[in-house]
Amino acid sequence: MRGASRSLRGRCGGVTLPRKMQIYLPVAELSVNALLILGLGGLVGFVSGLFGVGGGFLMAPLLMFIGVPAVIAVGTEASQIVAASVLGVIAHWRRGNIDYKMGLILVAGGIAGSTLGVLAFRALRGMGQIDVVISLSYVVFLGGIGALTLIESVQLLRGTSQAPAAAPPRRKLHRHLWIHGLPLKMRFRRSKLYISAMLPAGLGFFVGIMMAIMGVGGGFLLVPALIYLLGMPSALVVGTALFQIILVAANTTLLQAMANQTVDVVLALMLLFGSIIGAQFGARAGAQLHGERLRGLLALMVLAVCGKLVWDLVAPPADPFTLVAGGLLE
Amino acid sequence: MMRLLVLLALFLGAPPAAAQSPLVADLSKHLVAITTGFTGTDVLLFGAVDGPGDVVVVVRGPPRAEKVRRKERVAGIWMNRTSVIFTDAPSFYRLAATKPPEAVLPPALLDRHQIGFEHLDLAVEADPGENPAAFRDALLRLKQRRNLYGDKVAPVSFLGNRLFRTEMYFPANVPVGAYSVEVYLVRDGEVVSAQITPLVISKIGVGAEVYDFAHQRAPLYGIIAVVLAMSAGWLAATAFKKG
Repeated sequence: MRGASRSLRGRCGGVTLPRKMQIYLPVAELSVNALLILGLGGLVGFVSGLFGVGGGFLMAPLLMFIGVPAVIAVGTEASQIVAASVLGVIAHWRRGNIDYKMGLILVAGGIAGSTLGVLAFRALRGMGQIDVVISLSYVVFLGGIGALTLIESVQLLRGTSQAPAAAPPRRKLHRHLWIHGLPLKMRFRRSKLYISAMLPAGLGFFVGIMMAIMGVGGGFLLVPALIYLLGMPSALVVGTALFQIILVAANTTLLQAMANQTVDVVLALMLLFGSIIGAQFGARAGAQLHGERLRGLLALMVLAVCGKLVWDLVAPPADPFTLVAGGLLE
Repeated sequence: MMRLLVLLALFLGAPPAAAQSPLVADLSKHLVAITTGFTGTDVLLFGAVDGPGDVVVVVRGPPRAEKVRRKERVAGIWMNRTSVIFTDAPSFYRLAATKPPEAVLPPALLDRHQIGFEHLDLAVEADPGENPAAFRDALLRLKQRRNLYGDKVAPVSFLGNRLFRTEMYFPANVPVGAYSVEVYLVRDGEVVSAQITPLVISKIGVGAEVYDFAHQRAPLYGIIAVVLAMSAGWLAATAFKKG
């Protein structure tokens, strides 16, 4: 019984929408409801505008929930992240808040990571394991983020509610850790750092793999890592991270299109359109709401998505057999 | 390639000149075009017979390899473990008849013409130790769930004694390619006459071109996807800057 209703929901997204609004996604070879896709883009855009986060980490799972194949969701997200990051970087670029040298080292690592990731993606797909790998990666990633954000916001709510949310981290100029003993030291004038190039390259590499396997920009990971691990000045962090994300997402889009044919431009443009509109409302709403409570809300949302993914992984499937979709079998 | 198929379809689909043939049938269209707004379509099969008898219609999509995977529980998680490939299963299969085919034809003839699921000859590639029968059932079930295999025999109706017609439904997710519509005239447990009419289902329009482009010129498609995304982002940035 439960199984039957699950598969049904997968088909129509649990919402009955007018049939006339069906639009055919040419690469996914799938007919979807245009309103549903625009609404989904709008919802994720709203969330990203509200919280000032990328939103890629919600988009791919939500697309999977409405029945878009996981591989298409992840491949298409890469191209959408290119667009969203270009939109985001322009303000930082105008203000000159980008450390290009640091950015390029991050990009070098990111290109290597995303290339390796796309190749792994292709191999896993051939083995029939890509869906489970995507879901598991999301469970770990969303579970981690959700739990951390929730703990943080609960602490903030309980503690001094007068204190400003998350005091800007003070950069300690002379703190020596094992990471400072790494070779290939480089001077980053803009960031006032003298650190091993292996650090940003490794960080970029890891985020690049995530981009290829999960279709997330990784700003969630990159921004705190640049601040706390590398000690970059926070004014430069967001612009530099976006700079890296644009180029790595572009590389991922290109390679996913070449190796897996999983980038659907029609889907990407519809999601983008919805999310740009949604982000405007989100940003406006965010300005009027309480920061800590908002954060707790985000954490709960992330954990709910994570919970649904876990459930889909552990619950006995309605039908243990699946047919490899014709167009996706090569 | 597609144009050639279309021409072929038009040519072969012309009704046979011999008027004495005990069975004549044709389709309301020989080409189903899948456009961007395609949500499925009906094709009318109509024809005439020279006397009483039963009509059995088989619609067969182009054969192709179908892979069926089975999930098993590994460390609490359901993941794909085993798979079986049916090397040339019909991508689409539907029956229509005046009476159930098993009632009018003996099993040997059903086998020969592959009429009915039990009589489909599905070549299988399975690992040793696999039970292909379970996968075969799964293939039929999953295809039916996608509306690609008919779960029941559709009716063929007679108008008077000579003219018959049936509506054949092709859903939105119908696979493309060269289909064959086989019409059998059955009398006393024998196939008296048979006619095969081709039907081409192809993607037409922008959607089809995008798909072909994405598969045949993948690097260029990728570059265009990136450029498109970058310009869309830039466009949005300028739009909201002014607004």
